[in-house]
Amino acid sequence: MLELNRISAGYGKQTVLDGISVDFEKGKLTSIIGVNGCGKSTLLKAILGILSLSSGEIFIDGENLLTISRNEIAKKIAYLSQGKNIPDMTVEQMVLHGRFPYLSYPRRYSSHDREVAIKAMETVGVAEFAHKPLYSLSGGMRQNAYIAMALAQDTDYILLDEPTTYLDIAHQLELMRLLKQLSDNGKGIVTVMHDLPLAFDFSDTLTVMNNGGIIACGTPSELCNLPIIEDIFGVKIKQMQDGMYSYQYQ
Amino acid sequence: MKSLRKNKIGYIYGIAILLLLLAAVLGVLFGSSELRLSDMLSSLIAGDMQSPEARILLYVRLPRVLGSLICGMALAVSGAVIQGVLANRLASPSIIGVNAGAGLAVTIGSALGIIGGWRLSLFAFVGAFLTVMLVSLGARKWGASRGTVILMGVALNALLGAISDTVTTFNPEISIQSLDFKIGDFSSVTYAKLIPATVIVLISVLILLTFSNELDVLTLGDENAKGLGMNTNVMRVIFLLLSALLAGAAVSVCGLLSFVGLLVPHAVRRIATSESKHLLPLCALFGAGFVSLCDTLARVVFAPYELPVGIIMAFLGAPFFIFILIKGKGGHRNA
Repeated sequence: MLELNRISAGYGKQTVLDGISVDFEKGKLTSIIGVNGCGKSTLLKAILGILSLSSGEIFIDGENLLTISRNEIAKKIAYLSQGKNIPDMTVEQMVLHGRFPYLSYPRRYSSHDREVAIKAMETVGVAEFAHKPLYSLSGGMRQNAYIAMALAQDTDYILLDEPTTYLDIAHQLELMRLLKQLSDNGKGIVTVMHDLPLAFDFSDTLTVMNNGGIIACGTPSELCNLPIIEDIFGVKIKQMQDGMYSYQYQ
Repeated sequence: MKSLRKNKIGYIYGIAILLLLLAAVLGVLFGSSELRLSDMLSSLIAGDMQSPEARILLYVRLPRVLGSLICGMALAVSGAVIQGVLANRLASPSIIGVNAGAGLAVTIGSALGIIGGWRLSLFAFVGAFLTVMLVSLGARKWGASRGTVILMGVALNALLGAISDTVTTFNPEISIQSLDFKIGDFSSVTYAKLIPATVIVLISVLILLTFSNELDVLTLGDENAKGLGMNTNVMRVIFLLLSALLAGAAVSVCGLLSFVGLLVPHAVRRIATSESKHLLPLCALFGAGFVSLCDTLARVVFAPYELPVGIIMAFLGAPFFIFILIKGKGGHRNA
């Protein structure tokens, strides 16, 4: 369990997160939703220690994250940022860098690291592109390659910042199915989402943020009829007869 | 597929080593004086260190060839590292003003009476490091685009060059003011300059080879690199420090040699790989061979007159660079 206990963080003197407490569980896909600027991405950076906390504590399986090094955190939590460079390397080379936290002297990847990377590429279906340059892949396949890198990191939790951005709808659905599959296999997936129907369709739990705080947590069916969704986003989310969710707006 | 790639890289290493050896041998054999290798070697074997042949070999050709090899290695590797850290393929020690910073420091050092050796190398390093940190911090603090970083470099080159010219105007006796220094030249290489530069270059390159994976992870972007456990600020400073050591060492030996730090990393990426564990050693080998070969040409083309090596490098390098850019058009989105 990843437990955030009254954490506050921000940029310089500006406080963005204000006393947030929330738990993220292994084996569940949790989507963080909220309007632009409410602090979703900042929350992920604060969990990873990329952004320093001004107060509060974060525990991972009972261990205080503030007391361990960034390298040790990287063995427990993988992170994919929103704005990703397209590095000039092959898929295999990038996925292998998922093993970076485990590098020791003489700073070279071992045969075990390579085996883990190959398995990660097979899991997300990019093994056939292993020797292709990243820039030659479609946006969807490239996103899968990044997820393979996160899998190679061999962590219990993966945090993703808006992973469906720039993908067409088919690739968005494919990516969400992959994330769901990973959570079903035991990973704790925490993803920032902008597309509400996608978030409601695939998530086990949703965390709703507004103005640097968390205003609701629950399952999609618990949250879809709450008035706060309409208050914040200006639209309603309705569950259709086939069980899928859709926007409803006037 | 993977073994094919490995074979290709292996062949390219072979070509690079052959080029380096060829350049070194040609550099020793050819020069403005027509001497035969057998005469030079027989003088050495006979222990006649005062013979013209032995003196030319030991005190003219050998330091010159070693100087060109070391400077080519230093500038090419420094260019590859700076391009990786700034995520900017247009960057190189000469373009972003690092060489000019080292040049200004060397000019000031010369004006203060420092002729060569460790102190001159230290001056060059400090000048290079301050400039590269200024560009790096500026790029990060103001969120400068790749184009802006290059324009900052152009402005810095002009400013630092103007300060150097001012120093030399008021100190006309110093040799640094010469055209040879400004476009790069190996005619005045001495062991006093060469030994500290060689030690600095070899140690810096060895450390960089150890950290090649770190350099690649930095290219994934700052946040992703931090997510992989890297202390990006510390690593960035280490890389810039080492690249400044390399550029400073080269400037202290041969002056403001440009182009090699841009051309060689680009060429290696096109023909071989961008993976730093191969990119850096191949840049070291090709950079050394290329500069040494150009210097030999600079000595023999109009013998007994010599051209500064920077002129030969521009004549050979510019068309080749344009050729590889056009041939590989669209191949690298991040370029």
